[in-house]
Amino acid sequence: MLLFAGSPFEINRIMLIRFIAVLAIVLIFWLGTRKMRIVPRRFQSLVEMGLDFVRVNIAEDLLGKKDGRRFLPILTTIFFMVLFMNLTGIIPLLNIAGTSVIGVPLVLAVVSYVTFIYAGVRKHPGAFFKNSLFPPGVPKPIYIIVAPIELVSTFVLRPITLTLRLLMNMVVGHLLLVLFFSATSFFLFTAGGWFSLFGIGTLAFGFVFTLFEILVAVLQAYVFSLLTAVYIQLALAEEH
Amino acid sequence: MLQALSTSVIAAEATHNPIAPETPDLVWGAVCFVVLLVFFWRAILPRMKKLLDERGEAIEGNIEKADVAQREAEAVLEQYTAQLADARVEAGTIRDQARTDGQRILAELKEQATTEAARIAANAQSQIEAERQAAVVSLRSEVGSLAIDLASGVIGESLTDDTRSAAIVDRFLHDLEARDLEASDSKAVSS
Repeated sequence: MLLFAGSPFEINRIMLIRFIAVLAIVLIFWLGTRKMRIVPRRFQSLVEMGLDFVRVNIAEDLLGKKDGRRFLPILTTIFFMVLFMNLTGIIPLLNIAGTSVIGVPLVLAVVSYVTFIYAGVRKHPGAFFKNSLFPPGVPKPIYIIVAPIELVSTFVLRPITLTLRLLMNMVVGHLLLVLFFSATSFFLFTAGGWFSLFGIGTLAFGFVFTLFEILVAVLQAYVFSLLTAVYIQLALAEEH
Repeated sequence: MLQALSTSVIAAEATHNPIAPETPDLVWGAVCFVVLLVFFWRAILPRMKKLLDERGEAIEGNIEKADVAQREAEAVLEQYTAQLADARVEAGTIRDQARTDGQRILAELKEQATTEAARIAANAQSQIEAERQAAVVSLRSEVGSLAIDLASGVIGESLTDDTRSAAIVDRFLHDLEARDLEASDSKAVSS
């Protein structure tokens, strides 16, 4: 299934799945916040719970009230985008996570990277990079070792680990599900006979791993946004 | 069989390197992000903020209302307590008043009764005295006329002349009284 094939706007199945996830987010949050009541109804409470989770447990816990509010749009977007695109992996007919191709993890990692550098530079103009690479209070000769380590860990490894952690979790989850359900299909319909018993086993495993994938989807969304908040917090910290 | 299956699955996934990004992948990923960022930033989070502010205000308003109500209730209670105390004091005053009134009325009645009794006794006394006087007077005239009748009968002579007879009677009675007096004197001396 391809649209605009060959152009930079080529749309394949995974891009479509991402659009569906985006549409779902827009629909749910638009409807959930359309007529907000002081005393919320069930659906509104659910939406509020999701938004409050990011606001209180990620943004305000790590960054405090003021900075938490500043970076809340980015953190909220990252959390729900990752969450919904992860969940498409276990939704029937979609069956693959929107985050299981490198584009989205990479884009979000770059967003996180740019955001924490922006936060650091705004807070400590001119001193951010110097303090990041040469942390104050360390004896001068040690900088020969510390500076390269800081450079690699802060400015190279952070976006890479963010990208790969999410991407690999989703790819592996998808592979596991494909493996279990293909094997089930094979044992039940191709092999037949006594192999059907194996098929029951692989089906059960497939079911358990589907549940596990829900946990992974939520956890990865939480980890991604939490790490972004942590990086921003470190960039804003006074020592820098 | 299993091996063939797994290799085919992995082969299907590994037609290109999953870590090498393709342009459309990045483009659409970025578009999705921008759309969602604008959506949350401009639409959802301001609504949420507004709601939270309103909710905070509502809660504060309710707390304030409750405070006012509490204060009113306390004031009313105080007023009632004061009124109750006043009523108690008043009731005590009324009771005391009634007691003194009762005592006073009792004393008055007693006094009246005593006066009345004294008056009745005095009346009886004077009546008795008057009757005694009347008896003495009537007896005296009766005794006189009887004596004169007797005497005239004895001496055969009428002693009907009033002045004379009265003088005789008076003298007789006088003598009688004098004798009585003498007798009582001698009796007193002898005793």
